[in-house]
Amino acid sequence: MLYRESGQFKTSYSADQAIFPIRQDNWAMVVFLLVAFIAVPYFGTEYFFQAIMIPVLIFALAATGLNILTGYCGQLSLGTGGFMAVGAVACYKLTTGFPEMNFVLVLLLSGIITAGVGLLFGIPSLRIKGFYLAVATLAAQFFLSWLFNKVAWFQNYTPSGTITMPPREVFGIAVTGANADAMDRYLFCLVFVLILAMAAKNLVRGPIGRSWMAIRDMDIAAELIGFRPFQTKLMAFSVSSFYVGVAGAMALSLWLGSVETAEAFDINVSFQVLFMIIIGGLGSMMGSFVGAAFIILMPIVLTNVMVGSLGMQAVTAKHFEFMFFGGLIIFFLIVEPHGIARLWQIAKEKLRIWPFPH
Amino acid sequence: MEFLNLVLVAPIVDMIEYPSFFIEVVFGGLMSGVMYSLVALGFVLIFKASGVFNFSQGVFALFAALTLVGLMTGTVPFTLNKSLPELPAWVAIILTFIVMIGLAIAVERIVLRPLVNQDHIIMFMSTIGLAFVLEGLGDTIWGSEVKALDVGIPTGNFLIGEIQIQIFDLWAAGIAAFLVVVLAVFFQYTRTGRALRAVADDHQAALSVGIPLKNIWIIVWSVAGLVALVAGIMWGSKSGVQFSLSLIALKALPVLILGGFTSVPGAIVGGLIIGVGEKVAEVYWGPLVDGAIENWFAYVLALVFLLFRPQGLFGDKIIERV
Repeated sequence: MLYRESGQFKTSYSADQAIFPIRQDNWAMVVFLLVAFIAVPYFGTEYFFQAIMIPVLIFALAATGLNILTGYCGQLSLGTGGFMAVGAVACYKLTTGFPEMNFVLVLLLSGIITAGVGLLFGIPSLRIKGFYLAVATLAAQFFLSWLFNKVAWFQNYTPSGTITMPPREVFGIAVTGANADAMDRYLFCLVFVLILAMAAKNLVRGPIGRSWMAIRDMDIAAELIGFRPFQTKLMAFSVSSFYVGVAGAMALSLWLGSVETAEAFDINVSFQVLFMIIIGGLGSMMGSFVGAAFIILMPIVLTNVMVGSLGMQAVTAKHFEFMFFGGLIIFFLIVEPHGIARLWQIAKEKLRIWPFPH
Repeated sequence: MEFLNLVLVAPIVDMIEYPSFFIEVVFGGLMSGVMYSLVALGFVLIFKASGVFNFSQGVFALFAALTLVGLMTGTVPFTLNKSLPELPAWVAIILTFIVMIGLAIAVERIVLRPLVNQDHIIMFMSTIGLAFVLEGLGDTIWGSEVKALDVGIPTGNFLIGEIQIQIFDLWAAGIAAFLVVVLAVFFQYTRTGRALRAVADDHQAALSVGIPLKNIWIIVWSVAGLVALVAGIMWGSKSGVQFSLSLIALKALPVLILGGFTSVPGAIVGGLIIGVGEKVAEVYWGPLVDGAIENWFAYVLALVFLLFRPQGLFGDKIIERV
């Protein structure tokens, strides 16, 4: 009843090709944006922004990046943490080296630098495939964390080895540094992530995205019908690294403020982002967001329930959290290997024909 | 010139001038290589028989070692209360092996069976989930502090010429070699071994001649559990039973890609190459870049190697068809 597309006629190609072709989806999107831009800032607290909303947005961006590479182009990567570190360090070096530079430009440039590094580590993908490639990307992860840890230039020779984001402003409002208001940082993240996600969505449904999917589905067949595997794969690597790098730069500047690169972006971050896209849905833009929200929220909820409500010891709760986390992942994979995005799609299909079964 | 001399000439000169030190380094590398091989072996066994890239192999080793220590010290599960009788090492090892078999059965029933025929990446992710579960479970049952493990492997060292040799390392190498021989005989000459090889070759063909696939999977995971137990004992006696034990799984990955995912000899040779390579690199080239290159050297070595042989040293040739 509620979700029916009958009577909605498309009279132009552009209407037919819209991202949300059904009117109800458009309304849902408008409601979602209203909530994100008005309700959340109105009701949110400092903790809510810092512990939940900002990390969800940042990791959604990183997951979008990895989804481009793994979900759309089929190249499994375990180096996400390393590339996020590149973004963070690039952002730090740029903003301390050129304090006058616009902060938005700094973020974008860090993404571009990361894209270059990603391109470099993407070169072996032409010959190495599948799990061999996944292990090869671990080389990027470990090498990059070692590099940022050992070479003092990347930390501006600070004795502690941590990099700290100096305060920066956008349109006269402080968004980084200790004095920046959590709500401002959240809104900045939101705008930035939405614009980049929009760009990614349009990228993956255009000719470039189609060439990625052709490579994903079968690279030899794609090569035979005229896609160039090398260029296509490298394109995916660099675009993906761009997103991951921007996410890393945002994690440093807008979320954490001060990090020890090798620890904040270690191998666990790579796995976390991989979990996000698997649970959310491989090859789905919405999946990246839902997956990020799920993976960020679940440990917080679990800890609150176990320590807060059941009165467990924090250490025991940590162990239980591990078990639940692993168990839930296995459970999800068994119930719906294609992720939450797929469940959502099924729900929509069902709604369309409701109340009839067929 | 100065730089080239430092990178290319000086380390080589060092090696030639002090051959006994060089041999000692190589020997140390071989020994840690044996350890890597043990973990990689578990990966290969499971990958061959079920096509599952089992990320939880390292945690298997940790779990086995934790259980072993728990049994040997007489800890009551879930309480950290040491009031049960302390078991001698060999009884504890046998009991731990039984626990690992139980674990293999549970994994097959709960994780693998519902996921049959899914994509490789889905299986891979499920083993990462499994790694989380086992880590939490092991810590909940046996506690998470660092524990000493002593199953009576002799320690100490002796000198041959100027070269110092750890007795423990020799034992480790001996036990690993013994394990490999036992596995080879098991695979080559027993009925079950033949069935295992048939499954590794072709699942469907094996099924059609009447080999029960699910039993085979239980057996393979049990054997991998045994290998994990041995690896856990070795690593645990060497550096204590602790969380970082599960991270050796990450070290075994470059060994795997170097040797090829499907080859048992590959796992052994790959382990030795990685072990020696990273020790030699650390000792002779490490100081040039401020050390700690052990962390990534193995991966880069494997990466460069893969560029020339994408299927690893002994892996099956990758044939792709449209």
